Amino acid sequence: MKVKKTSLNSLHQKYGAKLVEFAGYEMPIQYKDGIIQEHKFTRSNSGIFDVSHMGQLFISGSDNLTNDLERIFPANLKNLNLNQSKYSFLMNEDGGIYDDLIITKTKNGYLIILNAACKYNDYEIIKSKLKDKYETKLDETLSLVAIQGPEAKVILCKIIPGCDDLKFMNGNNFIFEDSNIYITRSGYTGEDGFEISIKNEKAENFVEKLIEKGSKMIGLGARDTLRLEAGLCLYGNDLDTKTSPIEANLKWAISKNRIDSEYPGSDILKKQIENGVKKLRVGIQPETRVIARGDTKIFNDKNQEIGKITSGTFGPSVERSIAMGYVENNYSSQDTKVFLEVRGKKVAANVCNLPFYKKNYIKGEINV
Amino acid sequence: MSDVKYSKEHEWITLEGDEATIGITKHATEMLGDIVFAELPEKGSSVEKDGTAGVVESTKAASDVYTPVSGEVTDINQTIVDDPSKINEDPEGSAWFFKLKLKDKSELDSLMNKEEYDKFAKESAT
Repeated sequence: MKVKKTSLNSLHQKYGAKLVEFAGYEMPIQYKDGIIQEHKFTRSNSGIFDVSHMGQLFISGSDNLTNDLERIFPANLKNLNLNQSKYSFLMNEDGGIYDDLIITKTKNGYLIILNAACKYNDYEIIKSKLKDKYETKLDETLSLVAIQGPEAKVILCKIIPGCDDLKFMNGNNFIFEDSNIYITRSGYTGEDGFEISIKNEKAENFVEKLIEKGSKMIGLGARDTLRLEAGLCLYGNDLDTKTSPIEANLKWAISKNRIDSEYPGSDILKKQIENGVKKLRVGIQPETRVIARGDTKIFNDKNQEIGKITSGTFGPSVERSIAMGYVENNYSSQDTKVFLEVRGKKVAANVCNLPFYKKNYIKGEINV
Repeated sequence: MSDVKYSKEHEWITLEGDEATIGITKHATEMLGDIVFAELPEKGSSVEKDGTAGVVESTKAASDVYTPVSGEVTDINQTIVDDPSKINEDPEGSAWFFKLKLKDKSELDSLMNKEEYDKFAKESAT
């Protein structure tokens, strides 16, 4: 398959990106400043992320569509207000995750943001489950740009006045150069921020305006260190078809009033909620600087294997090695001592709460 | 101090008497990106030419560090273990990795000079 380019490809090159193939797209892993500087700039100022490789699935329909989608997703969609978003999952019959996604209620139906590597498969699954009753479109004429960080709202408001009226996990339509754009207040970094759905031909100009106002483009490398510090899952690493949302410690994303209703995997989820699970996703903090990457084996103090790391890196803001992974349930409580096998040696580590990095919001004189 | 020699694994080596100082090249650090972890051989241990003598990890991946010559490790640079970002800052100077007492001087003969290495690095990067 030919490697695709996003509408921002020439901009990536202009700003000195190191391009790599990711999920069938040529994407920037980093720019000239490097991952650590990009990470820190996002936390202290703001960062622009090209996430146009992700899927933007539009489904048109009204009440019947809401009912039908509730037979697919474990989210309470009936309670969703217009332009409100919810984090949810597309699951198989075993409760395993095909994809984690964001569903937003729009004027004409729903917008679902899908992971790049999963989007075509998701589209086929959703379309077939809806039995082709509704207009379902994976819109590739649109780009998706995120701006994240404490200055994101200040910078975006200079271009799109009023965007900071949006509440977290809510969106709305705005105008950029006579063209409609859809902005939601959401993100994947642990920072305040926005995601902007914009026509491909307008995306480059839009991003250049954000850069003019003081923001910088950030690559996938820093996106990964930012999300891991924020304790957020990466599909393919921390979530997959053999792991349920309950095992992934994402029970909060299963709407309470949906636990007894039917959707793929609902029986398994209900059992897991009632009886508990065998393995659980936890944060893991190595005691030294050594980095425990995905697939690193986790042992207890009796040298028995009790789990596996799914993501690990160096956290530039917390300035230490951080990881997350799955351990047997009785090793999942905070401060449990575990050992990680890295290059044949056992490294001591502790189970810890997520996230590793928590923002201290300072708004005016109120220090929350 | 003698001339700097280079290996195909992107290490540099200098010689003072029979003590060699070894580190990784600037080109290597540019390919690795931000280095966040370094592991060095133990002082007093013996290392064999082309064998593993340490590890560096960037935010992206882990890479082995090889020794271009055999010998006994006489000193290690603890500074880069404590602050691995120093390796990106001055890879061919203050951020040397380890020193060793050379076992066989002739092992240096197969290594590249600066000009040869620059050409090699340029070719292997593309």
